[in-house]
Amino acid sequence: MNTDKLNFTVPSKARLFSFALMGLGLLSIILMFIMDKENHEENYHAGTRAWSNLFAGSFFFMALSLAAAFFLGLQYAAEAGWSTTIKRVIEAVMMYLPWGLSFMMLLFLVGQFHGHHMYHWMTEGVADPENANYDAVIAAKIGYFGVFWWIRTILYMAGWLWFTFKLRRNSIEADKMDIDVNNSYHWKNIKLGAWFMVLFAVTSSTSSWDWLMSIDTHWFSTLFGWYIFSGMWISAIVAITILVIWMKKIGYLEYVTESTIHDMGKWMFAISFLWTYLYFSQFMLIWYADIPEEVVYYQTRWESYKALMWTVLFVNFAFPMIMLMSRDCKRNFFFLMFVGTIIFVGHYLDLIMIVMPGTVGHSWTGLSWMEFGTFFFFLGLFIYVVLNALTKAPLLVKNHPFLQESLHHST
Amino acid sequence: MGATATNKHIIHGVFSDEVPMLEACKKLRASGIRIKDVYTPMPIHGIDGIIGVPRTRIAICAFIYGITGTSLATLMMWYMMVHDWPNDIGGKPTWAYYFAVPAFIPITFEATVFCAAHGMALTYFLRCWLVPGAKAKNPDPRTTDDKFLIYLELNDEQSGKAQEILRNNAAEEVNYKGAFIVPPAYVLDETH
Repeated sequence: MNTDKLNFTVPSKARLFSFALMGLGLLSIILMFIMDKENHEENYHAGTRAWSNLFAGSFFFMALSLAAAFFLGLQYAAEAGWSTTIKRVIEAVMMYLPWGLSFMMLLFLVGQFHGHHMYHWMTEGVADPENANYDAVIAAKIGYFGVFWWIRTILYMAGWLWFTFKLRRNSIEADKMDIDVNNSYHWKNIKLGAWFMVLFAVTSSTSSWDWLMSIDTHWFSTLFGWYIFSGMWISAIVAITILVIWMKKIGYLEYVTESTIHDMGKWMFAISFLWTYLYFSQFMLIWYADIPEEVVYYQTRWESYKALMWTVLFVNFAFPMIMLMSRDCKRNFFFLMFVGTIIFVGHYLDLIMIVMPGTVGHSWTGLSWMEFGTFFFFLGLFIYVVLNALTKAPLLVKNHPFLQESLHHST
Repeated sequence: MGATATNKHIIHGVFSDEVPMLEACKKLRASGIRIKDVYTPMPIHGIDGIIGVPRTRIAICAFIYGITGTSLATLMMWYMMVHDWPNDIGGKPTWAYYFAVPAFIPITFEATVFCAAHGMALTYFLRCWLVPGAKAKNPDPRTTDDKFLIYLELNDEQSGKAQEILRNNAAEEVNYKGAFIVPPAYVLDETH
């Protein structure tokens, strides 16, 4: 094994690429805020679309790194051996989490001080019958929002950060020992991973309700949390797969077997179906029951976002189903990267479709440079942070009991 | 063709570990010997390629069964819900199939999975002849415990060479299990 390839250094081209993305993105974000004008006729506030785009970008990459943390915890809790060689890549993707959460927190604070109007329930006097902003539906559930919402938000963030840092620290500490006789750090991480599963099972759902579903404050769907969860999971899988293939291509990770990447391809295929299943279940139940307060959610989308809706379904369901069905496709790394990239963008568009109708509503004019510009900014930042995190620890873990199994993994 | 009756010698190469067994398999194949089968106590990933099992065609079967399921379900629902007795359920009339497509999707999906899964399982059972009352075809019961066995059926010329290769590759036992005569009609071309 070539040991000088165990420590990652960021190629200057990749760094330049991430800066270029960030620069381009920043430019379009500034332009977007200047050009996003108020429209009185449609009751549209200036900057709503700009803020919504920022929100989508922040949430997408935050959720992606959170799902990577979940995936890592899952490997520990399931005592899986196949993924040990790519564990450091999963960890690196997970290390974007503090950045993503900072952006979320910033956006929440701006909203609380009425800098943007994404959350209807944050409006002043929404629960006060005397006030012009009074909304009876929101007033009935205002106890769940306000202070309680802020407590929950802070608890999610603190809990997730604590677990991710602990998982990462234990993994690095284990490397420092000459030999870990009792696998002590591994056992610690199994426990942590299992407890993180418990926390994540609850908070992934409730945080999606709090942060995304509450944009459409009048509307609710119990399935919503899993739908968001499956979307973030597939995005994380794609990000990890593309990163692994790219690193292999530039000469790192030579010990990662074809079968490991093939397995990532299987995950990509399987979770695409999980997403479709949940997406369709939510749609069909609402379509069938035909209850006005639920149907309103799809009505906006059907009227003003129809093209986006069909694109999302096609790109995230039909496309991976056809393209990733055969074994040969999952073993062709260029192909896997190509399909992965398209699904990745597809899930970003899915999030745009979740966020925009509740904020921009019928003032939507179709996808534009604003969406892609914001996406580029966060993508650039994500690449920069993740590649930096990769340099912080050797690419192959030491003292992991399943290391040999993973090095010889074949399916 | 001009094939004549051939002698086939049955040889069992018994190993106590998978690594030397796989090594022996590679050596056998490298010298042009066809491996009839391998019996192991646990599944060994990637053994198909090493012992030269042709790629399975069950995926093609699965696709055909799946398509069959999709078509049958669609036909059934079209006949019941559209053609024979159209209903208006919850304001979603089935005067035409496309009126209520979302309601038909779960059944289409289930029927596809049902047909693909059962079709695959039945094909597998029939192809391997794992039917009720079928006798176990295990040549050496120790392979269900801790032994790994290479099963060979070879002609006169290859038989000696194979036994030598097995012995040279840490086979615990090389058991000669006799010979049988293959009539000319059944002699296959065994180059691969």
